[in-house]
Amino acid sequence: MDRVTLALVGGVLLLLIVATAVAYVLRRGTAGGVDAAVLEMFRIRVRAWWLLFACLAGAFVIGQTATIVMFWLISFWALREFITLTPTRPGDHRALFWVFFLCTPLQFFLVWLRRYDLYSTLIPVYAFLFILARIAMSGDAKRFLERTAKIQAGLLICVYCLSFAPALLTLEIADRNAAPADDIPGPNPPEASGEGPDEPGDAGSVDGEAGDVVPDANFSETAPRVANGRDAGGTTRLLFFFVLVVQLSDAFQFAWSRLPSRHVIVPTISPARTWEGFLGGTASVTLAGAALGFATPLEWWQAAVASLVIGLLGFAGGLTMSAIKRDRGVKDFGTLVEGHGGVLDRIDSICFAAPVFFHLARFFLAAS
Amino acid sequence: MEANITGSILALTARVLSGASVRWIESQPDTCQRVYFANHTSHLDAVVVWSALPGPVRNLTRPVAAKDYWMAGALRRYLATRVFRAVLIDRTDIKVHNSPVAEMVRQIGDRDSLIVFPEGGRTPGPEIGEFKSGLYYLCKKRPELELIPVHIDNMNRILPRGEVLPVPLLTCISFGPPLWLEAGEAKTEFLERARDAVRRLKDI
Repeated sequence: MDRVTLALVGGVLLLLIVATAVAYVLRRGTAGGVDAAVLEMFRIRVRAWWLLFACLAGAFVIGQTATIVMFWLISFWALREFITLTPTRPGDHRALFWVFFLCTPLQFFLVWLRRYDLYSTLIPVYAFLFILARIAMSGDAKRFLERTAKIQAGLLICVYCLSFAPALLTLEIADRNAAPADDIPGPNPPEASGEGPDEPGDAGSVDGEAGDVVPDANFSETAPRVANGRDAGGTTRLLFFFVLVVQLSDAFQFAWSRLPSRHVIVPTISPARTWEGFLGGTASVTLAGAALGFATPLEWWQAAVASLVIGLLGFAGGLTMSAIKRDRGVKDFGTLVEGHGGVLDRIDSICFAAPVFFHLARFFLAAS
Repeated sequence: MEANITGSILALTARVLSGASVRWIESQPDTCQRVYFANHTSHLDAVVVWSALPGPVRNLTRPVAAKDYWMAGALRRYLATRVFRAVLIDRTDIKVHNSPVAEMVRQIGDRDSLIVFPEGGRTPGPEIGEFKSGLYYLCKKRPELELIPVHIDNMNRILPRGEVLPVPLLTCISFGPPLWLEAGEAKTEFLERARDAVRRLKDI
């Protein structure tokens, strides 16, 4: 682990310890006027953060394959919760079997293979068509479109969207933090090649020479990227940044919505989400993202834009899941599975933000 | 000893795989002699209920199962006789002097509890079928046994009748408050009351 990663991980660890301590202290003095339900919610969140942090930190140490496997398991469990709450008919059984045991692992396997062309189409194209055809073959036409749509939606949200989080690891980037030019050993002293074209006195006659040297310098600057294929530290930090910003966005929106002034956005879906929480949370997380940008391969303003988008999508994800849960008449995906604490409740914002953040980061990194 | 360890591993595996959440509603796990009666929708029902019980209770609890199915093959026989210690009923050889109820009463003595599925066979669909009279005659013989209604949710979606491959949905096992056969209670009334007790757990 390099210094930047260490600082990032250490900082988050510190934050978690503080959050745990706060939760502990608040629980000891319950008479302190803190709402017990809010406190319980906070404790559950802190526990989920620890788990997420342990998984990610473990993945830093063990390697990227471990990260991808971990996201596959999270995905599998989330899909379990989603389909459990979705009414299905016996005719869906075989299709569901393949959804769980073929589509889900295959998606993450393709991410592991770094085959963007395949993992970006597997579920929206091939699995989409397969589910329709397989359920048609079962011979049960009752509420056909409704049933297929529910399974497809579950697969898209819980597996396809989520798989773009570990797919961040497969992005190709030149890391500006880890590879400054003077670190590169080579035949050309970096000063000579770097300053060559800048010298104003050498105009005309040196042009040819400079032209020879500059591509060389460019080559030696990109050499580490070519040598390892991709920069593992940079992508791992990008994933860490993403998960951290999503969680911060959730926390900020929650905190801002506790303000005394409350203008609920969609009272029929979620009475907890207010304009105050949404605007304050999104603004805060944009600032936080800009400040954390140093740890990623992104420029600070790119990190800020990405954080803003994460804030918006995190909100959209939470609201969408609330709508699904409201329709099914439950408060949490976890209420059905007591003791297993709804995984889907914790990752809804990650699911929505992951594909968009992935493509935004891909665009920024290709442009830089 | 080794059967005990196999049992613990198997119970843990079953709980992880079925993702079962266990609820005790107005009821507590206890090692007293009981009859757990549950709705029956899948081959895995007995294993799921058995593994939902805490270790010490589980060691005293024996599922009632079909002999022809569980004595076929060495693995099944080992699991049935050593691990679950199932009370095996010979479906082909039921006579008056050798009735399944008499066999159950004989085998549990004054120590073991039973897991029974009073619907007889697996019921397709989400409805709970009519209860067979075995439960009634068991209570006639041993009226002091505590009857615990058990509802198994979702197993019919995990492994429906006629399917071999399971879909890993999450189950919920609910144990309800005990009931007893009232003095002078008629058979049909008692069976209907017992069935209602299971059905009620579904909606809580």
